[in-house]
Amino acid sequence: MTTGAPSAGAQTPDVVQGPQGVPTVPGAVPVGGRPDPRPMSRRGEILYFALRTKKVIIGLAIIAFFVVLAVIGPIIRPGDPDALIGPLGASPSADWWFGTTSFGQDIFAQFVYSLGSTFLVGALGGGLAAIIGMTVGFVAGYRGGWVDEVLNMITNVVLVIPTLALLLVAAAYLSARGVVVEALFIGLTSWPWAARAIRAQTFSLRSREFVSLARMSGVRGMRIVFGEIAPNMSSYLFLTFILLFGGAILIAATLDFIGLGPTTGSSLGLMMYDAVAWSALQLGLWWWFIPPGVAITAIVGALYITNVGLDEVFNPKLRNT
Amino acid sequence: MSLQVTDLRVYYRTLAGDVQALDGVTFGIADGEIMGLAGESGCGKSTLGNSLIRMEGRMRHVGGTVTLDGVPLPIDDQDEMNHFRFAEVSLIPQYAMSALNPTRKIGKMVGELLATRGVRFRDIREELERRLELVGLARDVLDRYPIELSGGMKQRMVMVLSTLLNPSLLIADEITSALDVSSQRAVAQTLVEFRDRGFVKSMIVVTHDVSILYQISNTLAIMYAGKLAEKAPTDVIMSRPRHPYTRLLISSLPEIGVRFEEQRLTGIPGTPPPLLNPPTGCRFRDRCPIAIARCAEEEPPFVEIEPGHSVACWMAS
Amino acid sequence: MLTLERVSKTYKVGLFGGTDLPAVRDVSFSLQPGEVISLIGESGSGKSTIGKMILRLLSVNGGTITHDGTDIATLRGSGLRSYYQTVQGVFQDPFSSFNPIFKADHVFGLIRGVYFGSASAADWQRRLEDALEAVTLDPAQVLHKYPHQLSGGQLQRLLIARALLLDTRYLVADEIISMLDASTRIDVLNLLGDLKARGLGILFITHDLSLGNYISERTVILRRGRIVEMGTTAAVFGHPIHPYTRMLIASVPRLHEKWGQIDAGVRAGSGWTPAPTELCRYHGALPDGATGGSLAGPAGSGLAELEAGHFAGCVAPRADGTCGGRPSVAA
Repeated sequence: MTTGAPSAGAQTPDVVQGPQGVPTVPGAVPVGGRPDPRPMSRRGEILYFALRTKKVIIGLAIIAFFVVLAVIGPIIRPGDPDALIGPLGASPSADWWFGTTSFGQDIFAQFVYSLGSTFLVGALGGGLAAIIGMTVGFVAGYRGGWVDEVLNMITNVVLVIPTLALLLVAAAYLSARGVVVEALFIGLTSWPWAARAIRAQTFSLRSREFVSLARMSGVRGMRIVFGEIAPNMSSYLFLTFILLFGGAILIAATLDFIGLGPTTGSSLGLMMYDAVAWSALQLGLWWWFIPPGVAITAIVGALYITNVGLDEVFNPKLRNT
Repeated sequence: MSLQVTDLRVYYRTLAGDVQALDGVTFGIADGEIMGLAGESGCGKSTLGNSLIRMEGRMRHVGGTVTLDGVPLPIDDQDEMNHFRFAEVSLIPQYAMSALNPTRKIGKMVGELLATRGVRFRDIREELERRLELVGLARDVLDRYPIELSGGMKQRMVMVLSTLLNPSLLIADEITSALDVSSQRAVAQTLVEFRDRGFVKSMIVVTHDVSILYQISNTLAIMYAGKLAEKAPTDVIMSRPRHPYTRLLISSLPEIGVRFEEQRLTGIPGTPPPLLNPPTGCRFRDRCPIAIARCAEEEPPFVEIEPGHSVACWMAS
Repeated sequence: MLTLERVSKTYKVGLFGGTDLPAVRDVSFSLQPGEVISLIGESGSGKSTIGKMILRLLSVNGGTITHDGTDIATLRGSGLRSYYQTVQGVFQDPFSSFNPIFKADHVFGLIRGVYFGSASAADWQRRLEDALEAVTLDPAQVLHKYPHQLSGGQLQRLLIARALLLDTRYLVADEIISMLDASTRIDVLNLLGDLKARGLGILFITHDLSLGNYISERTVILRRGRIVEMGTTAAVFGHPIHPYTRMLIASVPRLHEKWGQIDAGVRAGSGWTPAPTELCRYHGALPDGATGGSLAGPAGSGLAELEAGHFAGCVAPRADGTCGGRPSVAA
């Protein structure tokens, strides 16, 4: 379960200037600037560059592929994915694209159904953690003082709670639990590192002079956070969300894999759980656990690639114009 | 001559093309000479200083030669240059105070650095302590961490370190810019003292602050947009500058005694040209008050108009 | 009039904030529209802290800062907003003053929202262009650009234009040209001079004495949070009294005189260096340590008016500001 802070590759645009205030490669930027014939709006610009960055395109393409698969899959293969309709343990063929399980279930049907559930957990769990983490991080970083102290204490408490033990207890009480409960649990426990990271960035940006300038323009409090600081960290926030999203998927898969997952429904992690539980590895039924494993890897990997590409888009200085 | 640079060209590789940061620079420095290298940001002075000792990241040696004490300097070969660095050519970098590893005691760091040159700390310790005393640092500074020293003290420490092996050429890159006025004077005078005592043979002092150079350098070279504009003994440059850029630059410097109401100084309107695709002809012509048609077509060569005084300007030669 | 009266700022550092770090101690002076005061000091002297306190970016621990009689610490909401219409600031690093992900115009957008909400688009455009012209910038060249596409000089002038848009009467210029090139420095400095002639009161914070001498009417020399000398620029630079001021002036590299010559002139002339056995020269003129009262005008305690309008501080003050008597050689 990787929940480390975003890597250095996706920092806030904090480029060090030379002593005279020009970019460190001398003469690279014409100092007078060139007048733009048609100044674009900010959103227009971002979209323009986003659609021209290879990393973003590749990453988004992979994710889009899986999303489409999750949407149209149940249409191609309607019906109950757990139904016993095929030959037992058959390898992939024209009839059964991903083969069948030891019980004769269509793995492809299970796969596309689980994709949807996986994305749901990622979005819900990651989204909830992101909201909590950002709120705590911004408020603590900008206000400082005793507000910061209190929020720090809360963060630390949640951070050291043994989530596994908590989950075991929860599992004992909630005999029936669905994907939403799992997402809620993940969201409520995986936000501390995000809050810490966002607090640190907010802290450092708070002392930048453009924040002082905003204060001297009569802008106050949280409007400065959302108007000046957050946009400056936008790629960082996006990366944080992506990590939380991917992290939620991974945590969910892990929990499912050890049997603490939802009791209803299906997910990629549950597929792998079943595969191991029914000795797919020893029996050589590779088509049972490889597709879900590859899917998890591909989705989370694509999210990372997209984010690195988006860093270039968000930071005008990394572009070549 | 101690140092001879001939038609040196160093460009920066960027995704948008080559930035011609240093475009054909020729000059020489004699033994015992302190040459000041002045100019504004983007003129190439830091590039020149750095290229003589270490080519950073995107720097590329495109042409020209450098000779030190008769021996050619292999500036584009990092490994070969290692034999010269610190022992023959040494650098006091910009932000030298950040060059000290904050997690190491200073003495330990010095020992490690000397070990990489094959010099034993024991052998040189006495000389090191003598020099520390010379610059006004106590011997126990070797047992301290960098954070315990002030900016000026750290600067002097780095100066002692950089000159410990008595290099032939010392390059000082903006070493006074981050200091207070009182420390600036002490550091600048220390440089002169090093030369006077023979710790270094010759020096290039790179800075944008012409007034410091007036105080300590023997000759002054003014750079603009990657090329040398003028080079002459310091007194000559200050009293009879021939290049229009030099003239305008000097007259734009405020000095104690000059007041706005009495004598309004003027700057140089405009900005330096982009070095990605520099214009043809003289690079200063767009901002030059006396430019003629020839300045746009042909680039003026850097020629000697009187002994020791060279200018690159059609109107001056 | 902007008045500082015995202003102090102390930071609490160390474990549990137990140690006091005084950054500014007992500073008093006032700024009128149409004059430039240069606040000169080395790093750690507290000059930037004073600037930030005037701009309400830092709180004042002791003393008061008043604007036309109102204590600025009491301003809230609309009072604070109208304060910012009168008092503005420009900082040292132009590239840090602009949010790098927005276009440079963003700073204008911010004040438009708060102060010119009811102005029509055409009216706003006209005001903007007038302000840009007043700082000699070509609107076509600087509008709709990102900060990294503009030069430091252009950015600083944009910030001055922003202050002019608000019809500022007092500008706090904190080392605004130290990061600019020599050829553009003087242009921005001359711009300040022109604005001064138009009635702007400027607090010019700098460590560079030549700049202060060029542009200001009055000079305040700051050392470790205290004023050590204050007076008209001509007096402070012409016949400096305090040894610290004299040391500073002697250390400035000149363009036509070498340091050695200046030292010789100082030694031969009316310079006075304190001998270890001598009492503080001003001891007699300063208030008795016990009373701690101030002698004249806006000067705080510890400053004596040694000639009309020219104040100097004690050579060896104690921590609480009273005269310390015998000075040490290294004052």
